Amino acid sequence: MATRQTQSLAKLMRAPAIILLLIWMVVPLAMTLYYSFMNYNLLNPTGTSFAGWFNYQYFYTDPAFWESIWNTLILVLGVLLITVVGGIAIAMLIDKPIFGQGIVRILVISPFFVMPPVAALIWKNMIMHPSYGVFADIAKFFGMQPVDWFAQYPLFSIILIVAWQWLPFATLILLTALQSLDGEQMEAAEMDGAPALQRFIYLTLPHMARAITVVILIQTIFLLGVYAEILVTTNGGPGNASTNLTFLIYRAARLNFDVGGAAAGGIIAVVLANIVAIFLMRAVGKNLD
Amino acid sequence: MGSITLKNVRKAFGDVEVIPGVDLNIEDGEFVVFVGPSGCGKSTLLRLIAGLEDVTSGQINIDGQDVTDAGPAKRGLAMVFQSYALYPHMSVRKNIAFPLKMAKMSEAEQEKRVAHAARILNLDNYLDRKPGQLSGGQRQRVAIGRAIVREPSAFLFDEPLSNLDAALRVNMRVEISELHNSLKTTMIYVTHDQVEAMTMADKIVVLRAGNVEQVGSPMELYSKPANKFVGGFIGSPNMNFIVGEGAAKHAAHTIGVRPEHWQLSTEGGEFSGTVGVAEHLGSDTFLHIHLDDGTPIIARAEGERDIHHGDKIFLTPQDGRIYRFAENGLAI
Repeated sequence: MATRQTQSLAKLMRAPAIILLLIWMVVPLAMTLYYSFMNYNLLNPTGTSFAGWFNYQYFYTDPAFWESIWNTLILVLGVLLITVVGGIAIAMLIDKPIFGQGIVRILVISPFFVMPPVAALIWKNMIMHPSYGVFADIAKFFGMQPVDWFAQYPLFSIILIVAWQWLPFATLILLTALQSLDGEQMEAAEMDGAPALQRFIYLTLPHMARAITVVILIQTIFLLGVYAEILVTTNGGPGNASTNLTFLIYRAARLNFDVGGAAAGGIIAVVLANIVAIFLMRAVGKNLD
Repeated sequence: MGSITLKNVRKAFGDVEVIPGVDLNIEDGEFVVFVGPSGCGKSTLLRLIAGLEDVTSGQINIDGQDVTDAGPAKRGLAMVFQSYALYPHMSVRKNIAFPLKMAKMSEAEQEKRVAHAARILNLDNYLDRKPGQLSGGQRQRVAIGRAIVREPSAFLFDEPLSNLDAALRVNMRVEISELHNSLKTTMIYVTHDQVEAMTMADKIVVLRAGNVEQVGSPMELYSKPANKFVGGFIGSPNMNFIVGEGAAKHAAHTIGVRPEHWQLSTEGGEFSGTVGVAEHLGSDTFLHIHLDDGTPIIARAEGERDIHHGDKIFLTPQDGRIYRFAENGLAI
């Protein structure tokens, strides 16, 4: 009696949520697609006309385009590298029983609760500022010339800030994976004559593979769209040194009021995200089985 | 070679003294079983020997060498864990070869030893599977295989059969005994199941609260328990204890009589009681009897007997099968 009725009932009950999600996704995507083929500038909103592929050509031939794609990839990879390696290291440290473990764990996780613009401003004004930042103080203490981070290493500075924000997320996920590692397996490996490094390579890492995959996939989604940190620190500069694709689109839409061009950029960003996703799933997707 | 000597080994976790001091001699090639109730320290003692725990004081010698401060890998022992502790992402082959790989043995030698272990343990067809695809008994074999290939001086088993179902447990018990007979390597086996202890051991070490209560062959423990605890622990169902008047007749504080050592009669005998539940197992019948003073007794009657709930029954211990204990529990 049950199965067929419950199945159709289940479909019915799911439908509102799925339809809502679909509208949420499809409508903006369709509008973006539509505008990407239109000449539509907010400075001249009445002069709307069909543009063909011109918006794409215009966006593509922008001298900042390739640099921004390159910056996007470096940003994603750099942050992933720091957060995964750092996350594993911190997770293994705070997995050990220590005095004040609860407080230490909360402190480690807390950067995640600071919203991106606030975090970026703190880094900009209190840590990396060339005259009154903490880094400058340290440099002066050792008698060195303070580094003007955002002028000299703009992209690296942003990678550092974003990595600081995402490190807690990676640590948290990897810590839970680490806690589910069977203690007897470790002891068995110890009896089998495996020293600490071998135990890490042959037991801990494979055990954490799935968690690492989850961290990489989730972070990639968010890192492709990093924007606030760039806006409040370097504003994409100097030149285009810290402009990523998201920021380039922002510039087209909000500084040039070119809705058509920005929409074309948005579609390109969607394509890029999908290419990255395909590569990622090829590389690490099998860990999720 | 694999003789192991413990000299006054103590272990405390913080203020809690788990093992107050154990002296023990294990000869080369012996099958020794540590048995005792849960929490008696038998697993801790095994882990001390393995080197997975540090001793608080005392000395552990393997083949005459002091290994008290040596790491687990240096002691040349292999351990089979209760959870098997197989490496889940490695194939059976790689699991078994892991200790050899860690010892940097040549590929050819690894292959040879893995094949040899697989043949002994009937694992030939499963070498390329992952542990998750194996049944409980097969996982158990892989864990044993991983121990065998190292050719250790002694094997340590930590309740290896407790996760298996009853039928498989009997099979594996026999297989482990066979393995011991063919390898002739020292084996130390921890269990809370006195049947495993009785059937497998050359030597049983009965532990209670970290103390060694008695060491001896299964039959020694069965026929000459050193105290009331050992008497009650070894044998199934448990030994019956009678205190008071009935014991005073035999000049003891407590007397113990095993269920299989009662003579039952409906006419007359030393003790009288009322039959409660009768458990018919086919070959035997276990009668739960309440003596007139209320003491519960279990008696074994052979074959089928026409005895019913509420019947009056008389019991007499067989000659020379009465265990007498003093007030402090020691055998007289």
